[in-house]
Amino acid sequence: MTHFDVASAAVEAALAAGARYADARVMHRRYESMTARNGDIEELGQNESAGIGVRALVGSGWGFFAVPDLADAAARAAGEQAAAIAAASATVAGPAADLVPVPAESGSWSSECLIDPLSVALSDKGDLLVGATDEARRHGADLAEGLYQIWDTTKWFVSSEGHRIDQHIRECGAGISATVIGEGETQRRSYPSYRGQYGTRGWELVNELDLGAHAGRIADEARALLSAPLCPAGNTSLILGSEQMALQIHESVGHAIELDRILGWEAAYAGTSWLNLAELGRLRYGSDLMNIVIDPSVPGGLGSFGYDDEGTPATARYAVRNGQWVGVLAGRDSAATAGLDYAGSVRSDGWARLPMVRMTNVGLEPGPHTLEEIIASTDDGIYMDNNRSWSIDDKRLNFQFGCEIAWEVKDGKLGRMLRNPTYTGIGPVFWQSMDMLSSEIVPWGTPNCGKGQPGQVGHTGHPAAPARFTDVRVGVRG
Amino acid sequence: MIDELASQVLDFVKAATGGAAEAEVVVERQALALTRFANSYIHQNVADTATVVRLRLHIDGRTAAGTTTLTDPGALRDLVERTVSAARLCPPDKSWPGLTPPAAALTTGTVDEAIVAATPADRAARVHDFVAAAQGLTTAGYCRTRHKRVAFANSAGQYVEGASTDVALDGIARTPSSDGVARRAGSRLSDVDGSVLGARAAAKALAAVDPVELPPGRYEVVLEPTAVHDVLRCLAVYGFNGKAVGERRSFAVVGEAQMDPSVNLVDDPVFAGAIGIPFDIEGTPKRRVEMVSGGVTTAVAHDRRTATEAGTSSTGHAAADSQSGPAPMSLRLTPSTPDGAEPPSEVDGPAADSSVAALVAGVSRGVLVTDHWYTRVLDPRTLVMTGLTRNGVWLIEDGQVVWPVRNMRFTQSYPQAMAPGAVLGIGSHAVPMPATYEDSSFIAPALRLASWNFTGGASG
Repeated sequence: MTHFDVASAAVEAALAAGARYADARVMHRRYESMTARNGDIEELGQNESAGIGVRALVGSGWGFFAVPDLADAAARAAGEQAAAIAAASATVAGPAADLVPVPAESGSWSSECLIDPLSVALSDKGDLLVGATDEARRHGADLAEGLYQIWDTTKWFVSSEGHRIDQHIRECGAGISATVIGEGETQRRSYPSYRGQYGTRGWELVNELDLGAHAGRIADEARALLSAPLCPAGNTSLILGSEQMALQIHESVGHAIELDRILGWEAAYAGTSWLNLAELGRLRYGSDLMNIVIDPSVPGGLGSFGYDDEGTPATARYAVRNGQWVGVLAGRDSAATAGLDYAGSVRSDGWARLPMVRMTNVGLEPGPHTLEEIIASTDDGIYMDNNRSWSIDDKRLNFQFGCEIAWEVKDGKLGRMLRNPTYTGIGPVFWQSMDMLSSEIVPWGTPNCGKGQPGQVGHTGHPAAPARFTDVRVGVRG
Repeated sequence: MIDELASQVLDFVKAATGGAAEAEVVVERQALALTRFANSYIHQNVADTATVVRLRLHIDGRTAAGTTTLTDPGALRDLVERTVSAARLCPPDKSWPGLTPPAAALTTGTVDEAIVAATPADRAARVHDFVAAAQGLTTAGYCRTRHKRVAFANSAGQYVEGASTDVALDGIARTPSSDGVARRAGSRLSDVDGSVLGARAAAKALAAVDPVELPPGRYEVVLEPTAVHDVLRCLAVYGFNGKAVGERRSFAVVGEAQMDPSVNLVDDPVFAGAIGIPFDIEGTPKRRVEMVSGGVTTAVAHDRRTATEAGTSSTGHAAADSQSGPAPMSLRLTPSTPDGAEPPSEVDGPAADSSVAALVAGVSRGVLVTDHWYTRVLDPRTLVMTGLTRNGVWLIEDGQVVWPVRNMRFTQSYPQAMAPGAVLGIGSHAVPMPATYEDSSFIAPALRLASWNFTGGASG
């Protein structure tokens, strides 16, 4: 029996049990991670997970059931269970549920991978992390940490509308950090970001990072931060590096344009959105420089796929164009509820979880400047990079972000290093103050986006470039 | 069945290594069901059953771990073979602490047959009650039931088995300008009452209509149990964490008076009715551990590795994610009245119950905070956190709630907020709170604190 057969059996059983629509995903995933601390391997884990998740729509109620068993009988039972759960949803029923129509796709897709990350010798991977953390220790880090993660996922999707899609997605990435302990506080520097940079690529991504070459520098910077002056408090011009910009996009744009949040479906937990559908196509989100694209087809982006977990092919579309809000991240049911005609952003973090609206790759189009030009044209400001803390309200408006490092900018030049930099603002006010944007795009990957109940961890991509914002409040402290 | 799986894996390890490996196996079987509602109807309704087998082994001085959700003999042999291969390719593990020796667990855990047998209709009924009690307001939230069975076996002869059930009901009621929340966890299905929680959430939302902005600054606060839950979680994860202490990233110093003398913090995963498995992932039996007694830090949580480094013994707090370190995830702030006292009653107005209202009555000017949201660490050593209020905030004057306040951002060191002299009152009763990110079972009373640093209003 093929995995398609198993998924088909589950769908058939759900339909026979009363579902008017059903889909099933068989997934198999291998995950490997290694952590190192101060020149020693701390932990190596290799996990394998396989199972089937079935989604059924009965009347206007959804049900989902998952089992780690790929036998025909188990799949059929899962389909029946999904339909029974959907029927129970009618106890507290909502409006009629519909799905925006999509063609019944049959297809196969694989992410590009030059070096299979699971085929790289564990000893080589260990040497990489041990060497880099050893180097950071030699440069004065009290705590040097390294990490890599690998996901190798295959999935087979079948729907009652005729979808039949298989995908093979390989993702990996790595990073290092150096922490120094002072009398009253700690300072940390990371490369390329805390817990690493990731993509739907092979081990070539990790090789390109060249972790060892940066280990000494981040330790030196962390040590220097301990005695650096505090980031001053007040309003100023703020220049953000591309890694912090990725976080800024993720938190204050990506989550805000999730249609399930806009519709109130996440109100009790992840929250809602300050965006109102009645203003789609008319609302000014940011300055004219702000062009945000939802694009799951970005080669190597961590949010890339061939089809989402409802079988909708990867398609690029604008979320914000020339500063105006024009698009959302949607699924087939949320789009139908909202009266939109597109979906394509529904994903699940494994066979045991319900697919839901998630970011794919949500990022900036390049601007006309360079970081060098931005700094050169700033008389008085602060340049921050590498995220250290992030907090934003449940409407995705009021944010406060902290970075690992900052420098003052005076008369077009970088000046002193500053410690404990933070900045705060209101999303649309902040984005409307963006007056310079670099063309130096980096496709940052975020492998730890939490959402949903039960919780799911999403993998998202964020092409981002350095940018300047005016009159931003910085230096918020406890 | 789970015991057989654990034994089977140990046998496979012995066969593959000739008995040369130290091995530990955890088999966890979980049935999880969650009925989620929004806009006052059930929009997501899910369930899954999963078995996860975890193997960690140490051979020739090297350590590796792996898991699988596949439980047929072939898959289990694959798990053993790849974990043995991985260990042999790893660099030496110089701080391997050895296996847990045989030791009986203090309990087998709390199991409520009503949760084991709970159906989608049972969960939907509780959601229905919440929605119906919300006075016509828009509602959202979830009802979750979970039954977990875990077996642990290692090659040193330790074998323990335990089980746990839990239920959680967590929801908000909404008006166009306000939200109100009510949530509760329990080890018995009867611990959650949709009607009570729905009515409480609605009362809060209605009392929070048209909030006004309060200037940032330091205010006396009453944190409701829903907000104190966040404080306990952050103290546990970042503070009383043996790894963070060993790395000097934590504020916690055993023997120092770091909190107000009224503060007693106990990690108690083994009381009758406790939620959770009564041993950790290394097979160490869990026990009651006093973390803070009379304001003095008395212990931090350890797994076998951090305990060895600290020259002490494991407190039974090993977790699957060892990078985060061992944390006391069953932490309880001891309430001001003894166990067995009359439970608090529902009250008019925004306070969650009479226990909260009693603290509010003592405040001349301050802020009542229902819930925290999106709290993150600015500095782990001082545990300065930033986050926002959520689901209802009010100004208190002369012991009365006077008007609702818009959500505010705070930037505050949690230990400093509970420092000697800073705690003005602790609620009379503690409430079990639903786990959010991790497996946890925090039990929180309300807390009246002398000063809380609000660093921004809704406008930035």
